Amino acid sequence: MSKHSIQEISQLNRRQFLQATGIAGSGLLLGAPLAQAAPKAVPMDLISGADSSAEDFLRLNLFVELALDGTVRIVCHRSEMGQGIRTGLPQVLADEMGADWNKVQVIQGQANKEYGSQNTDGSRSVRNFYLPMRKMGAAAREMLRQAAAKKWGVSVDRISVDKHQLSDGKRSASFAELASLAAQEALPNLDKLKLKAKKDFNYIGKPVSGVDMPEFIQGKATFGVDVQLPDMVHASIERSPVMGGKLISVDDKEALAVAGVLAVEKIQGKPLPAAFNALEGVAVIASNTWAAQQGRKKLKLQWDLGANKTHGSKEYDQILAASHEKDEGSLHLYEQGDVKAAFAKAAHLVEGNYHVPYLAHASMEPPAASAIYKDGRCEVWACTQTPQSAQRQVAASLGINPEQVTVHVTYLGGGFGRKSKPDFVAEAALLAKQLGKPVKVTWSREDDIRHDYLHAVCDTQLKASVDKGGNITAWQGSAAFPSIGSTFGPADSMAGWELDQGFHDFPFDVPNVALKRRKINAHMRIGWLRSVINIPMAFANGSLMGELAAAANMDAKEFWLKSLGPDRNIKPRVDSYSNYGNKIEQYPYETARAKAVIERVCKNAKWDAPREKGVGFGLAYHYSFLAHVAVVAKVAWDGNTPKLLALYSVIDAGQVVNPDRVKSQMEGAMIFGTSIAMYSEITTLNGQVEQGNFDGYRLTRMNESPDIHTEIVEADDAPRGVGEPGVPPVAPAIVNALANAGGPRIRKLPIANHLTV
Amino acid sequence: MAKWLNKMQHTITEINNPNYVTDSLMIKFTLNQQAQAVEAEADMPLLWALRDILHMTGTKYGCGKGLCGACTVHLDGAPIRSCLTPLSVVAGKSITTIEGLSEDGSHPVQEAWKDINVPQCGYCQPGQMMSAAALLAYNAMPSDEDIDGAMSGNICRCGTYPRIKEAIKKAAKAGQEKTA
Repeated sequence: MSKHSIQEISQLNRRQFLQATGIAGSGLLLGAPLAQAAPKAVPMDLISGADSSAEDFLRLNLFVELALDGTVRIVCHRSEMGQGIRTGLPQVLADEMGADWNKVQVIQGQANKEYGSQNTDGSRSVRNFYLPMRKMGAAAREMLRQAAAKKWGVSVDRISVDKHQLSDGKRSASFAELASLAAQEALPNLDKLKLKAKKDFNYIGKPVSGVDMPEFIQGKATFGVDVQLPDMVHASIERSPVMGGKLISVDDKEALAVAGVLAVEKIQGKPLPAAFNALEGVAVIASNTWAAQQGRKKLKLQWDLGANKTHGSKEYDQILAASHEKDEGSLHLYEQGDVKAAFAKAAHLVEGNYHVPYLAHASMEPPAASAIYKDGRCEVWACTQTPQSAQRQVAASLGINPEQVTVHVTYLGGGFGRKSKPDFVAEAALLAKQLGKPVKVTWSREDDIRHDYLHAVCDTQLKASVDKGGNITAWQGSAAFPSIGSTFGPADSMAGWELDQGFHDFPFDVPNVALKRRKINAHMRIGWLRSVINIPMAFANGSLMGELAAAANMDAKEFWLKSLGPDRNIKPRVDSYSNYGNKIEQYPYETARAKAVIERVCKNAKWDAPREKGVGFGLAYHYSFLAHVAVVAKVAWDGNTPKLLALYSVIDAGQVVNPDRVKSQMEGAMIFGTSIAMYSEITTLNGQVEQGNFDGYRLTRMNESPDIHTEIVEADDAPRGVGEPGVPPVAPAIVNALANAGGPRIRKLPIANHLTV
Repeated sequence: MAKWLNKMQHTITEINNPNYVTDSLMIKFTLNQQAQAVEAEADMPLLWALRDILHMTGTKYGCGKGLCGACTVHLDGAPIRSCLTPLSVVAGKSITTIEGLSEDGSHPVQEAWKDINVPQCGYCQPGQMMSAAALLAYNAMPSDEDIDGAMSGNICRCGTYPRIKEAIKKAAKAGQEKTA
């Protein structure tokens, strides 16, 4: 919880809280009457459809309000992008509070550091806020119990709470009846609260239906692109086609002549590194999005494209592959034993370059943000995964303090890591200031794909040896990819934690290991995409495992299980191991659990049953975001076309809050992983992305979607990641299945570049 | 190229061919069973008229090229991509959007979507539901292949396809039981 303890932040009184967050009432800092007159000026904080008569609500702590009618309002401070967090965390709090889920409303927290981290990525919302939410719920419950005890003149020990009712065995009272009294109770000591036993859970571990479903099915959910403000104008922005490009000249005569176009505004870029700054560009402002887009087509711009204009992914792929052979510029990471000697004695030796291309996030909702600027204050509405970063970026872009920026979080039409980069929010803020008008910036699909923070293209060279007994004797790796560090520093910067995502923390019991990372210059904005570097690392490791098993003529399942070695906790091979920001003592990496998910998934897929001719099975396991996932892919040939028949997955993510949402995340991860394996690729030429829409950048469609089977391991330990861990093992499982079905061994994704799919 | 895409391309060509008047004018049509008039450029796609002029934002922008289906609405009952359909084509026709599929979310497709917890982020779902509702309106008991054929033009990046399929079957069954 950053530097604030829960204890501190909970003691804000209601008034201070409202001032700090603006959650109650309209939530509009400036021009309130103006905003309320808007066609759809629903304060985003009430996106679940709660009414705004917040005066009836009494605040019990930072996350809980109780109304006189008994309605409980719970703040969700994390962004909803499909993972179900607006259900999951409130579900935890409500359970611990003893609330009746039917009387709970969820409200959306604005950017506010009092909440601790709001950066909704890294699969950590439940992991890091499960316990704080339970404490917030328990604190509210204790205040109600204290109130009841005083009212009835009995010891607080005698008061039980369940489903919005308190009882001392003789009398009972509802939350509504005790609301006023409870609000007068002091906040209990959070470190001394007694939390519920697992057997008493009403909601934790249950498939509670999503709180946002009614809005979603009626088209009433307000996403970033849907925000409407009074007198709002619409912007479409032509950005530098190459990272770091600068405008030389702008001819906007024809653009201004387009019906509906109101103005043309230059957005001044910042020198590289790109960070979260708005890109240099020219915004066409119009009375509607369509007119802005039409006007933009008429802009005549001259660019100085800068040093990155020669970047082409074809040549870059060769640079990455060739870099493995050089020693200069490499960062020696880890050496153990004698790899060369082991290779010399190998019974089987496999060496391969495993390549994953640049990838775009392509969330169905493109980036979009709206802003109002007035008298040194800015208020924004955005589909942001990280409202606090958006707040800081807007402040920095406008030269004001973060305290002068209000960030309202809308629903996110997908995020996948793209929407934790608030460059688009900065654009809206800059234009609002320049125009002196409320403005909405909507990215087109082409903008989204061409100006993404791309998932790094990665070439991983792996070589491993197996002895006669089927034991891996040596493992050598070299990874070459532009780093996320380049987006925030010099082009060849490296973020060390990237290698903690499967490169040096592979779980195999290997005596001789040599690992290197290559220094690579970046030419595009590089960002994190769902699962991040785990994608190429799981692809490389999992593919190599499939190849080694085949070379040793062993069943792949037996080979994986054997290679995991004796049951033990994997120790980090580097001192700086980040362990996804959590203590490794709390989240040990246990090979027994790895084996268990492999066994389970193979059982579900009937791995050991007799197989039909032409049907191939492929297995991969990967540990990421502290969760274990194993996947089995089943493919068959339809002539020369491979057909992905099914994907089976098993996840062990510790204690699960909402099994239905975990299942849905796993289903989605299978399809996200299928896109990566089969179809998706971003290429560049002259420093520019060559794809622009879903024709060039292919994603899995329904007719290409396999049968999906998911199982969640029952576990009692602390919650682990869920949103991302399902993705990495999919692609290696699929290429292993293809090879198993008699097809080619594909080391360079996507499969569509090799076979008709 | 998949069958559904050919079909879509065909529609696009038809829309692009006629000589549309591009002046701003008053275009009248029926929207969710109510008379509607919009003053706009005749070549403005219905999507943007709905979203930016009528402030009905249930219909989503996803690609602007008929590739993803997020903007699907019904024109005289048939599913169309509103991002490619100019207002001039809509004149005199009847349009149904997600806001008009039912008054209260009680359309069998919406009910099934809710029961099965289909949406993840929810963004593509209005388009998915409009495609599904149109499918069921002319094919009450679609096969898996029929569903693939009708729904493969709608992209879901979250990957809700297995649940969409299940929900369509559930809605079909519910419809069948209703008429039985």
